[in-house]
Amino acid sequence: MLGHGILIDTTLCVGCYSCEEADAARWGRTPTDTHKLSSSLNTAVLQVDDTYVPRMCMHCAEPTCASVCPVGAFTKTPEGPVVYDPDKCMGCRYCMQACPFDVPKYEWNSAAPKITKCDMCHERTSKGQLPACVEACPTGARTYGKVSDLLQEAQKRMQDNPGKYHASVYGVREAGGTSILYISDRPFEKLGLKTNLPDHPMPSLTWAILSKIPNYVFWGGTLMAGIWWITNRRKEVQAFELKLKEMDKRGNGTSNHE
Amino acid sequence: MFTRVLQRLTFWTATFWVVVAVGLVSTIIRFSQGLGASTNLSDQFPWGLWVGFDVVCGVGLAAGGFVIAASVYLFNLERYRPILRPAILTAFLGYILVIVGLLFDLGKPWNVWHPIIMWNPHSVMFEVGWCVMLYTTVLALEFSPIVFERFQMHWPLKVVHAITIPMVIAGVVLSSLHQSSLGSLFLIIPEKVYPLWYSSNLPYLFFLSAVAVGPAMVIIESYLSSRAFKREIEVSILSQIAKVSAVALAIYLVLKIEDLSGMKLWPYVFTFNFEGIMYWAEIGLGVITPMLLFLSPRLRANKRWLFTGAFLIVSGFIFNRLNVAITSVERYNSAPYFPSWMEISVSLMIVALGFAAFRLAVKYLPIFPPAHETVPAAAREVVAFIDVPAERLS
Repeated sequence: MLGHGILIDTTLCVGCYSCEEADAARWGRTPTDTHKLSSSLNTAVLQVDDTYVPRMCMHCAEPTCASVCPVGAFTKTPEGPVVYDPDKCMGCRYCMQACPFDVPKYEWNSAAPKITKCDMCHERTSKGQLPACVEACPTGARTYGKVSDLLQEAQKRMQDNPGKYHASVYGVREAGGTSILYISDRPFEKLGLKTNLPDHPMPSLTWAILSKIPNYVFWGGTLMAGIWWITNRRKEVQAFELKLKEMDKRGNGTSNHE
Repeated sequence: MFTRVLQRLTFWTATFWVVVAVGLVSTIIRFSQGLGASTNLSDQFPWGLWVGFDVVCGVGLAAGGFVIAASVYLFNLERYRPILRPAILTAFLGYILVIVGLLFDLGKPWNVWHPIIMWNPHSVMFEVGWCVMLYTTVLALEFSPIVFERFQMHWPLKVVHAITIPMVIAGVVLSSLHQSSLGSLFLIIPEKVYPLWYSSNLPYLFFLSAVAVGPAMVIIESYLSSRAFKREIEVSILSQIAKVSAVALAIYLVLKIEDLSGMKLWPYVFTFNFEGIMYWAEIGLGVITPMLLFLSPRLRANKRWLFTGAFLIVSGFIFNRLNVAITSVERYNSAPYFPSWMEISVSLMIVALGFAAFRLAVKYLPIFPPAHETVPAAAREVVAFIDVPAERLS
């Protein structure tokens, strides 16, 4: 369920920060020049050596944030974007702790804080428009489209420019796949992208335990009830025997006396 | 005697009010200015002391409630009955304080009830939330007879008595679920946690250490209340529950060693960097030492050693939870975190309120057994448990 996504080609990014400005405009925020993801920047262009690396929410196929959120404030839409509902959020920040790409940020200085992250301009794209950052990019470093088409485009660029690209697409396998894909002229760890993520979606790690719970409740409860029944029965029998013995003694006592 | 107690507690009373006053200042700042102004949390470090200590440690330190309730009611270990009430009181207070701590930590605490209607069964946090809600209810019910008894309310006492066993069973199931789930919270970040603290066994490790720390808390309470109120539990009973701790710690240690060997972590253990030292402090002082102490029948029969061992277990437990929640991710976040004075003062205030509530409860409610009546009371209970109808005996 990858839907639409964005292909980011770092060889084309020139670091003009038009995308950051478009992002600020889209969310109605004043632009900053920190150039890193924060509660005021949902997409940021990081400079790593001589390369510019645009960063944003990866819009995972099976998002960790959606899995860990206790109130289900995150949803992976069939169209691709992972969207966030601030009205549900209670602010536990498990999504920030858990996101394998460290994307969700927090409005730390608000008394009623929200999580902030890119939603791939879900509102705009559902009306047939491009995401703001893609529209603003003057060099085509960001391409919007169906993820399957984007993959073909990535392969096409690699074939058309032999030797120019590092021969893999970031986001195809990371954490089970993402709707945002990267191609670059160098290995991705040199861009500060995490390459030590498993191929499977992260939520499978906790689901392996959580899925056992109904079974555990049933068997655990039954076992405990069984143990209680046995110990209680033993207690009853002991008390009964004690009473029998006492009566026996008393009975013997009277007969002896007679 | 009352004045003597007062005199002895003057220092502590003064400390208590200072802690509460500073805590209240922090509370005002926290709720008027937000988390950014009051904590050292950041986008790099979203979870700090309030999650690591107030919530994760708090739940664990309250584990005595289900361990002792299960021992007395389900396993019929009547000799533990004298510690049942202190253990339940600790657990009940503990969970209330956990909820208080959680309200400080949540960005939007007024939404804390959302998991009741907004379900996400894929979330460990959702499961923990539900278990804590349900188990706090169970604890309130388990605690209620003490209050009913005090005020001679016979009818409600009967009702609670009738549902005791199903309640205790629910309590054990719920506790084992969320005690272990607090460990499962970290399963989803394998590449962020420092290798020494990541393991697929995390839920089992969290459960075992909670079982070990429950009795240790009871021992500490008994020791402290013997000093403050001249009310205490017999050493022979405490010595037996110390054995429970020792066994839980032993199994815990075996699992830990299995982890180290299975994941080839020995080089990390013997690398004495920041994490290595923290790991040794946790395992050496908090697990191995008290386990050896409590395995010795001679030492655990001695009040002072009992207290020392229990103190080490509790410290080691707190060390472990803070290591898992904070130390383990410091390297990944490449941002050192140390709590702000406001975070620390709120945590201290919560602990102080716990102590004060415990003190008040012991003073005004029948928590500890009256002196020298413990054994006969327990024995009477066994005999009086059923009233065998006379006709069945004839």
